Amino acid sequence: MQRIGVFVCHCGSNIAATVDVAKVAEMALMEPGVVHAEDYQYMCSEAGQAKIADAIHEKKLSGIVVCSCSPRMHEATFRKAAERAGLNPYMVEIANIREHCSWIHKDMEEATKKAVILMRAAVAKVNLNTPLKPGESRVTKRALIIGGGIAGIQTALDIADAGYEVDIVEKTPSIGGRMSQLDKTFPTLDCSACILTPKMVEASAHEKINIYTYSEVEKVSGFVGDFTVDIRKKARSVDMDKCTGCGVCQEKCPSKKAPSEFNRGLNTRSAIYTPFAQAIPNVPVIDREACIKFKTGKCGICSKVCQAGAIDYEQKDEIITEKYGAIVVATGFDTINLDKYDEYAYSQSKDVITSLELERVMNAAGPTHGHLERLSDGKAPKEMVFIQCVGSRCSDDRGKPYCSKICCMYTAKHAMLIRDKYPDVNVTVFYIDVRTPGKNFDEFYRRAVEQYGVNYIKGQVGKVIPQPNGKLLVQGSDLLDNKQILKEADMVVLATAIEPNPDVRKIATMLTASIDTNNFLTEAHAKLRPVESPTAGIFLSGVCQGPKDIPETVAQAGAAAVKAIGLLAKDKLMTNPCTAHSDELLCNGCSTCENVCPYGAITYEDKEVNDHGIREVRRLAVVNSALCQGCGACTVACPSGAMDLQGFSNRQIIAEVDAICR
Amino acid sequence: MGAKKKQAEMIEEISGVNPLKCMKCGKCSATCPSYNEMDIKPHQFVSYVINEDVESLVNSKSLWKCLSCFACVERCPRDVKPGKLIDAARQMVVRKREQNYLTPDEIPELLDPELPQQLLVSAFRRYRR
Amino acid sequence: MSIEKKEFKPKIVAFCCNWCSYAGADLAGSSRLSYPADVKIIRVPCSCRVNPMFILRAFEKGADGVIMCGCHPGDCHYSTGNYYARRRMTLLFSMLDYIGVENGRTRVEWVSAAEGVKFSDTMNSFVEKIYSLGENVRLGDLRCRS
Repeated sequence: MQRIGVFVCHCGSNIAATVDVAKVAEMALMEPGVVHAEDYQYMCSEAGQAKIADAIHEKKLSGIVVCSCSPRMHEATFRKAAERAGLNPYMVEIANIREHCSWIHKDMEEATKKAVILMRAAVAKVNLNTPLKPGESRVTKRALIIGGGIAGIQTALDIADAGYEVDIVEKTPSIGGRMSQLDKTFPTLDCSACILTPKMVEASAHEKINIYTYSEVEKVSGFVGDFTVDIRKKARSVDMDKCTGCGVCQEKCPSKKAPSEFNRGLNTRSAIYTPFAQAIPNVPVIDREACIKFKTGKCGICSKVCQAGAIDYEQKDEIITEKYGAIVVATGFDTINLDKYDEYAYSQSKDVITSLELERVMNAAGPTHGHLERLSDGKAPKEMVFIQCVGSRCSDDRGKPYCSKICCMYTAKHAMLIRDKYPDVNVTVFYIDVRTPGKNFDEFYRRAVEQYGVNYIKGQVGKVIPQPNGKLLVQGSDLLDNKQILKEADMVVLATAIEPNPDVRKIATMLTASIDTNNFLTEAHAKLRPVESPTAGIFLSGVCQGPKDIPETVAQAGAAAVKAIGLLAKDKLMTNPCTAHSDELLCNGCSTCENVCPYGAITYEDKEVNDHGIREVRRLAVVNSALCQGCGACTVACPSGAMDLQGFSNRQIIAEVDAICR
Repeated sequence: MGAKKKQAEMIEEISGVNPLKCMKCGKCSATCPSYNEMDIKPHQFVSYVINEDVESLVNSKSLWKCLSCFACVERCPRDVKPGKLIDAARQMVVRKREQNYLTPDEIPELLDPELPQQLLVSAFRRYRR
Repeated sequence: MSIEKKEFKPKIVAFCCNWCSYAGADLAGSSRLSYPADVKIIRVPCSCRVNPMFILRAFEKGADGVIMCGCHPGDCHYSTGNYYARRRMTLLFSMLDYIGVENGRTRVEWVSAAEGVKFSDTMNSFVEKIYSLGENVRLGDLRCRS
């Protein structure tokens, strides 16, 4: 049996004016377990808290009920007071007789009655309270960034600048990501490489940042503050320490037929290659699928020409195991596959290209050295048509239901750049809506129309028909003129929808981070916690969370870094003790609780149990209290009633219900 | 319920189309081979149904100019299927002639030289087993 | 036992989630927006913590109405809790209706921490409804009856 003390606060006249506080204290003494009751002017004051401490010592109280204001106001105050007096802080309950009683009722008798009932409910709950102890877990002061694009680089730089070790894991041979493939950036039209390359260099030179390129995350275990991650460093076949990056091997390599990933397959590269000239690290990789040495055993030219002796055909994949306190996902995006959109003739004509391909065409380091030309015959185009929303905003199974967000702006950018560089080229944009929310964005789009004479037509394109003369016949709607338009074009550019990098599913599964139906990672709260995953210790940076342009990505990358730093700055994590726990004798390992847990806090273990003398191994739910946030979803979902929530247990809540309905 | 609303609901029921899903992109009109022959264009069908003006749709030239090629149905990004709407409007006309259903045996008798062939085609499409 | 008819004072239990509705109730209090004293609030971490058993228990112990308040859909502090709660309660309430506890005695309402007015309005209309329905007799513990 508990020894409970009830303390009724007057709150000046806030409570005492409508509630007969002395009566509440008097009634409290009739409740089971209550050995002490008193009322006082201001319980939250020093003197009030001292009264609680004194009573704890004198009456050997094991539980406290404070009838006062909302627990959202002073629960922490009273818990601390109890803790100082040697009582477990979780043995304190608050009966809210101010906000929920005295302030909203006028009739003294009625309000007093209600206050008594609220007091009874709190006493009934305290009778069932158990001392709870917050758990502690240590924090490894090192962060892992998955993905080395602008999002990953920015997050890494921000975390490293705060003084913490950061590892970046990048799948491709170089960091830089999608941004390195872009030519110019909106709305300022500065060259993408010019603003990205310094950041890449800074990241690679930073003493706190360690970059694993050509590597992938293989396995993740552990939890917030204490993740253990296996990273597979794929065999590069080139010794990173010896290579000087002179580039002779790439020049001499006789196998030059592999499609260049960096140039979106528009041209080819050698089997030993760096993706692009400014690659970091500037160490090539041998593509073993394309390399003659690996395919036939004969060749070895690269090894012969390498003066540093860096070529190592025997190199093997390496697994690195490292511990991290925080993990940031920055896996980025790709454009969708256009196989299902045959009406745009993407697979039929080389002159129908995606916008990302146009970026490469426009780029001086691209397949056409920056000259705008048709990829079929190299002729300069005279008529260009841009089609918006290709695969975006599609509720059928061919595309994506969301707006890809960046297309309106980059199309305006492309149209503007083309009109600027080639004034004799006519540019037509078919759009459904032009969406330009963002600083200086609408002005940018209007400039394309007003200053550069880009012809915007409201209406979607129905089909693109390649003509025998090599031209492309574009059939589209002009909804404002209520006309169907037939237009001969030399090139058609498709604003292809973006989708999260396909690898993100695998990564999210490893991290137990939740993912939505479009494969975007879910944030902990759509508005208030936009850069955190519901899974503690996992942070989201860039397009992996939702479509974003570069400024937004960088902003979010910084936000994710701050959240990660906030975690890494702690030596130990105190965990909320009000967590779920499973009764081993009742649990049947059905996995229902795991499915409703938004935090991935529940796992299953085979454990030996002693069920009334029967010893057997059973599959049982185990709650990781470092991850559990105490929402209680599992407690209700559990069909066998094995799950319960500490601090808000079934018995406690039922006791409150009973007290109220008594 | 007004007769107009009833008609509009009937169109929605027969076609199985929710016209509110339309985002007014105009891809249906962009893709329509009979566009120039039509007085009410494919992208306008939905607004006639939403505005409960089925009468105009039923009396339009478009009703008989639609080839039922279903290009708009295939390419509509929002699953709105304007072709099915016009198909449903045609159904209503046929039903008004007290022909609620067709069986293959009845068709030879019904063959009316003025009846557009596409009506038969779409009727078959609708009633195929 | 007195012969004179006792005035009907309903017992109403309100389950409020800690993050939105409980704070909404606090706001109603600090804004001095009154609602009948028949409503007693039980604080739960999330609407998804409300086990249907709690509601059945309340009716069994003589409650005349039970209302559950949570964060608006999409705003749940725990992301998805109120979606589970919504589905559970839809099912429970239809079952309760089936066994004679009228739908008016049960309610789910989404009240954010900023909606003090909505909280008091909701409670006022709910209590009014319970008064109009009268005492709940269907689920009361028969042993407690005299």
